[in-house]
Amino acid sequence: MNDIETTLRNAALDLPTDTPDVTARAETEGLLDVAYTSVDSPLGPLVVAATPQGLVRVSYTDFRGEDQVLEELARRVSPRVLEAPARLDTVRRELDEYFEGRRQGFDVPIDWSYLAGFTREVLRATARIGFGEVSTYAGVAADAGSPRAVRAAGNALGANPMPLVVPCHRVLRSGGKLGGYTGGVEKKEFLLHLEGALL
Amino acid sequence: MKLPPFQALLDEHRADVYRFLVATVGPSDADDCFQETWISALRAYPTLRRAENLRAWLLRIAQNKSIDAHRARGRRAIPVGTVPERASPSPPDGDPQLWARVRDLPAKQRTAVFCRSVLGMPYAELALLLESSEDAARRNVHEGLKRLKEELSE
Repeated sequence: MNDIETTLRNAALDLPTDTPDVTARAETEGLLDVAYTSVDSPLGPLVVAATPQGLVRVSYTDFRGEDQVLEELARRVSPRVLEAPARLDTVRRELDEYFEGRRQGFDVPIDWSYLAGFTREVLRATARIGFGEVSTYAGVAADAGSPRAVRAAGNALGANPMPLVVPCHRVLRSGGKLGGYTGGVEKKEFLLHLEGALL
Repeated sequence: MKLPPFQALLDEHRADVYRFLVATVGPSDADDCFQETWISALRAYPTLRRAENLRAWLLRIAQNKSIDAHRARGRRAIPVGTVPERASPSPPDGDPQLWARVRDLPAKQRTAVFCRSVLGMPYAELALLLESSEDAARRNVHEGLKRLKEELSE
């Protein structure tokens, strides 16, 4: 029996492995719950992801590996996660323009539905801070409707799932200190320089 | 329930699923069956209760699509006057004669032969795929290989 098995195994080496695309069909059938792609930036490669409703994730891959980001999306949003760059074309273009200094705000829709409660309020308040402006953790807490929840505001910002587009880098510590930044404070400095908020 | 991102399944198993389909339904129907397999899998995926044995789960879906394709081909075999033209040439499948013999095996035997001989699948996994006992899985491999051997030595 071994000879026939060897024949099959050898013949199988010549079977095609260049497989047809399934992503486009998944999109038309409404099964692409989370589309993601990788976007290059001066701060290293980013992974960006969107539901049909809007953006749900931007992540620095040197901070958190792509695999980990995708696992989180599978758990939090839907396990139907597929690499599908087309849905991310607009955010890719807007990020490119932002890093080239040709864009001051992001117009891509954001899917806020996976953020709850105070975190959502803090991040919405953060999204209103304009290009070149800065605020403080206390300021954002107040804008989110809870002026005393400064520490909670800091936590919400630390867990921002969409850095850059929700500009948590514009939130500093009171007294002018930079404060922390998910992905490294040198990125925060770079972005504030880019926006002219830091000289 | 912690299911991996669907893209991880696609990356890990797409080549095996495609080779299985080219071998068991032939190059002309393999592309359609491949898409049908993955779309069905994607549709059902969030309702899966276990993240184990995903390869057997995917190949069972692929086997069902291949059975559908064989049935459809049986219906198409009734003379219709004209032969439909193909838009593009089908991809090659290596050894057409050998795979044609595999395609002529009963469904469970062609699945068993491919998964065991080409993918090296353990009998326990093959039994899950075939929804049978391990003994039955073993018999399907044995009978399929025996028949292939006889036919190829004719």
